[in-house]
Amino acid sequence: MAWLDSHLLTATVFLPLAWALAGLLVPARAEGGSGAIKSWTLVGSLVTFALSLLVYGRFEATGAAEFQLQEVAEWIPNLGISYNVGIDGISLWLILLTTFLTPIVILSSYQAIDRREKEYYALLLALETGMLGAFVAIDIFLFYVFWEVMLLPMYLLIGIWGGRERIYAAMKFFLYTVVGSLLMLVAIFYLAYQHKVQFGSYSTALLDLYKLSIPGGELLAPQSILFLAFALAFAIKVPLFPLHTWLPDAHVQAPTAGSVILASVLLKMGGYGFIRFAFPLFPQAVALFQVAFMTIAAIAIVYGAWVAMVQPDIKKLVAYSSVSHMGFVILGLFSLNALGVTGSIYQMLNHGISTGGLFLLVGMIYERRHTRAIADFGGISRTMPLFALAFMIITLSSVALPGTNGFVGEFLILLGSWSASPALTAVSALGVIFGAVYMLWMFQRVMFGPIKHKENENLVDLSFRELAVLAPLVVAVFFMGIFPNFFFGEMETSVQRFLSRSNLTVAQAAVVAPEAPAAIILQDPGKGN
Amino acid sequence: MLALIPLLPLIGFLINGAWYAFGQAPAGRKQANAAITGTLASLAIGASFVVSLILFLQLRGMSPEAGDHRFIEQTLFNWMQIGAFQLPMTLRVDALSALFTLFITGVGTLIHIYAIGYMSHDETPGKFFAFLNLFCFAMLMLVLGASLPILFLGWEGVGLCSYLLIGYWYTDDEKASAGKKAFIVNRIGDFGFLLGMFLIYATFGTLELAQLTAAVHGGLPAGVAESTVTAICLLLFLGCVGKSAQFPLYVWLPDAMAGPTPVSALIHAATMVTSGIYLVARLNVLFSLSPQAMLVVATVGAFTALLAATIAIAQRDIKKVLAYSTVSQLGYMFLGCGVGAFSAGVFHVVTHAFFKALLFLGAGSVIHGMHEEQDIMKMGGLRKQMPRTFAVFAVAWLAICGIPPFSGFFSKDEILWQAYSSTHGHALLWGFGALTAVMTAFYMTRLFSLTFLGTPRFQEHGAHGHGDGHGHGTGAGAGVHESPAVMILPLAVLALLSAVGGFIGVPHASWLDEWLDPVIHSQHELAAGVSGSTEWLLMGVSVAGAAIGIFFALRLYADLARAEALRKRFAGLHQALVNKWYVDELYDHLFVRPIHALSQGLWKGFDVAVIDRIVLGIGYVTQWTGQTVRVVQTGSTQVYAFMFVVGLIATVGYLIYGLA
Repeated sequence: MAWLDSHLLTATVFLPLAWALAGLLVPARAEGGSGAIKSWTLVGSLVTFALSLLVYGRFEATGAAEFQLQEVAEWIPNLGISYNVGIDGISLWLILLTTFLTPIVILSSYQAIDRREKEYYALLLALETGMLGAFVAIDIFLFYVFWEVMLLPMYLLIGIWGGRERIYAAMKFFLYTVVGSLLMLVAIFYLAYQHKVQFGSYSTALLDLYKLSIPGGELLAPQSILFLAFALAFAIKVPLFPLHTWLPDAHVQAPTAGSVILASVLLKMGGYGFIRFAFPLFPQAVALFQVAFMTIAAIAIVYGAWVAMVQPDIKKLVAYSSVSHMGFVILGLFSLNALGVTGSIYQMLNHGISTGGLFLLVGMIYERRHTRAIADFGGISRTMPLFALAFMIITLSSVALPGTNGFVGEFLILLGSWSASPALTAVSALGVIFGAVYMLWMFQRVMFGPIKHKENENLVDLSFRELAVLAPLVVAVFFMGIFPNFFFGEMETSVQRFLSRSNLTVAQAAVVAPEAPAAIILQDPGKGN
Repeated sequence: MLALIPLLPLIGFLINGAWYAFGQAPAGRKQANAAITGTLASLAIGASFVVSLILFLQLRGMSPEAGDHRFIEQTLFNWMQIGAFQLPMTLRVDALSALFTLFITGVGTLIHIYAIGYMSHDETPGKFFAFLNLFCFAMLMLVLGASLPILFLGWEGVGLCSYLLIGYWYTDDEKASAGKKAFIVNRIGDFGFLLGMFLIYATFGTLELAQLTAAVHGGLPAGVAESTVTAICLLLFLGCVGKSAQFPLYVWLPDAMAGPTPVSALIHAATMVTSGIYLVARLNVLFSLSPQAMLVVATVGAFTALLAATIAIAQRDIKKVLAYSTVSQLGYMFLGCGVGAFSAGVFHVVTHAFFKALLFLGAGSVIHGMHEEQDIMKMGGLRKQMPRTFAVFAVAWLAICGIPPFSGFFSKDEILWQAYSSTHGHALLWGFGALTAVMTAFYMTRLFSLTFLGTPRFQEHGAHGHGDGHGHGTGAGAGVHESPAVMILPLAVLALLSAVGGFIGVPHASWLDEWLDPVIHSQHELAAGVSGSTEWLLMGVSVAGAAIGIFFALRLYADLARAEALRKRFAGLHQALVNKWYVDELYDHLFVRPIHALSQGLWKGFDVAVIDRIVLGIGYVTQWTGQTVRVVQTGSTQVYAFMFVVGLIATVGYLIYGLA
């Protein structure tokens, strides 16, 4: 236990991968079924969740260290690359989101996946390791490795278990992300080199890189170019308009579990990347591009909602709704104040819950009807009342009804962005209207009205397993909507630290009044930036 | 104690809701009896009424002179806290919210009890009563919330409940659409509300209602421009226009008739639509600082009142007539607020809650007795078959027409007088109001006459039940019948309140004005050139106007042939009125279709045609390059992955040994 105590993060990150490798020894098909590998995987993901709860228990909200539970081991010392992991109040919640959703996703796959199950479940666990690794890495090269490691299982999940056009979708997904991350890799090497120039040795440790002074302030200054290199990779992942077109295809072709993980966790990598790397490393570039990115975010919110409205396929509709919802995340981050940033982080968690839930729900009716076209449904509230209830609750979360989690995120983001730009906030708030339009219109066409297709007359309502899949999400929707403060406590210190690095105004104020850096912007909402 | 007021209906909702979802909804389970679920729900809201009454008495016991502030506060937990931004979940009851709480829970309880009878043949009463409780919970949060975000929680909550209840018979696509329309049109208003909140926070640094009111109590605070206040008020008012169904966002309310009648009564009388008036009255100090905003409020109110009244004249559906009358009466309330007579606006909210609930529930009784018939042209002479309904309906009719001493007279007259005499008033505003009063008397009498007077225009034994599984006693032999006691009793109570409710606001001796004084300070300042005696003159004019309206309608509809001839003479106008001035069609062509077409265009014309083509273009270039190194183009993912890893290792290896 002593080892576990000092290597808790490593244990949490690599347990799923180790479990998957051990799982290869489990017989794939016992007599009459494949229960063994399913149970084995589910237990593995639950143990991982338990470990992540230990992590939560060990985390101190007001800890003095920037990163807690840190572990460092030499890796490639010549280049200053090390195995360096640690968490703060932001990555903590993203880790919990990942470990919370993975068992749900595994349980949801029990019936949907009927071929090459062993590989499927092993890939899911490997994917979890990749995602967790990216969230704990505080060495920028290590982050990059996990970032790429994640890509592969996802690519295979889509390419093997996907829909009819899975190869096209998988290639598009791969193409987009690889192009994005290559520039980031170059930027990473440049940073390591700069560390050599400025401090005499290579380093890719994040805390070292934060100390670099890189000229910035102009459009073609090194900071701006480096920022854009990172931003491209992250914006593709988010995905930020107009780099979003891989998402609808990937979502539609991916199996349910793939869509859920993609929407709930992988997209968060983009937002997280901005928070952890792009912002604090290049604050002058952030200031320079603030308005531009807020404008793009506002466009994304409205554009995503409009295009979602006219989709004939439910999964595509949800995919475009992600473009809209993740636009809010970018808007909040670039508003550069505590309200907006906290709202953005919260919105990432919310989006994981609500969009993940929507994909699970779509998957459930897809398993029954083998279609996702809105026109093929109608009136199924009558045959599936429990499904209707769960669907309604997740829909309300998605349209940000107060009392659900969605409201807290959008409210804080818009409240925060108002002090940065009232006009762009007003445009973004239109998303509140159109969000209701496309979600409720879809809900009506799927659930209400008379039953128009014979096939829908005898649909079976949710099974016990499906209820078990949805119940945690429904609870999360309300818990996060009513008690957001439960989550804000851990975030607060980290958000303030983030602001003091990323917002030049706050950073300069911190020199004058070091004791309360972020409070300045809070008390002065009208003239924040 | 205070928290019990909203919590009790919430608990009712949770019990009934859980029971329904897991005990009744799954296939093959037995539905609960309306009497049991209905009683449970009625007890929940009834208990909430008792608590409201106790708190009201507590507030009365406090004397403002002795330094007591007439309010009670309770903080439940901290909703959000980020640095200096604090948002505790605090409830607060003061004179204004106590008044609202009383009639929400009071009238709400009566509607619940009535619904036990009305919904006795419904397929899913468990679900219905759960939603009804939830509706009351949301409305109570709205009036008890101590800060704008909590108010907004209730504000959107009633929007949700209206969506669920209007579309309650969801298997009918039209009804489901009506529910959706209500939610979306409300959301347009909520957009304004949200922005208003943000601007308030940016300007005053608080979202707490008491702090906000305190900040503006002594006039414009230093450093705050009047234009900012105007912007705040107009943004918030956009929210009110949506929620309280004013022009141009009133279009959802008439469609809301699709819901079961008790829901219509709840939405139109005690809850939901009154929230806009509540918000303006709550922030009366703020609104008073901006004459422009006040003018907008008054104008929108007066215009809506008249517009809705014209449409009501030509409707044949009994609930549609009442729906437009609600829109019209809400216009009155805003007219009152807009000319600075906030307490008169609130007064009309209260009396309207009584007589409009009575009108809707009475109409429900008629519909129930007529086996789901809603067309007043197919009624007539019902005073014989439904004498009790007839009697209570008559009270409500006189109240809405403004005949003294029924309740509507006092509140309506107060508004009209202030519209003329206050410093914010204008003779033109009064003119709109007075004309509306005449038309109200006319169309309400038309409704009353066609329903209850004259001879029956239906076949005594041929009335058929229709509607979504709701009808009962179909087939021959089922006659028109009076409603059961569980429905008549609430009607009787409401009739009493509609008759005498106006006496809480007798001119110059108003208990209500005095009670509301801590929240709404009534000034009764007369504009230049208006003398006190004018008040009596105008009162006489408005009563005479109502009498004329009633007289003409009675005459006209006593002889349907004459009404028909009149309709033919003004066929064009009549057609425009029947089609509600084509406003829905206009919106459809102006907003719905263009946005839909634009969205289609963006998707197919930009997403797919432009962005994807660029990306695929890059892909083709790569592929073309690939042709030259065809050997490695195996198409196998595993090989690609392998090569990627090899490449990575090679790069890293080069960097390590090449640079070190």
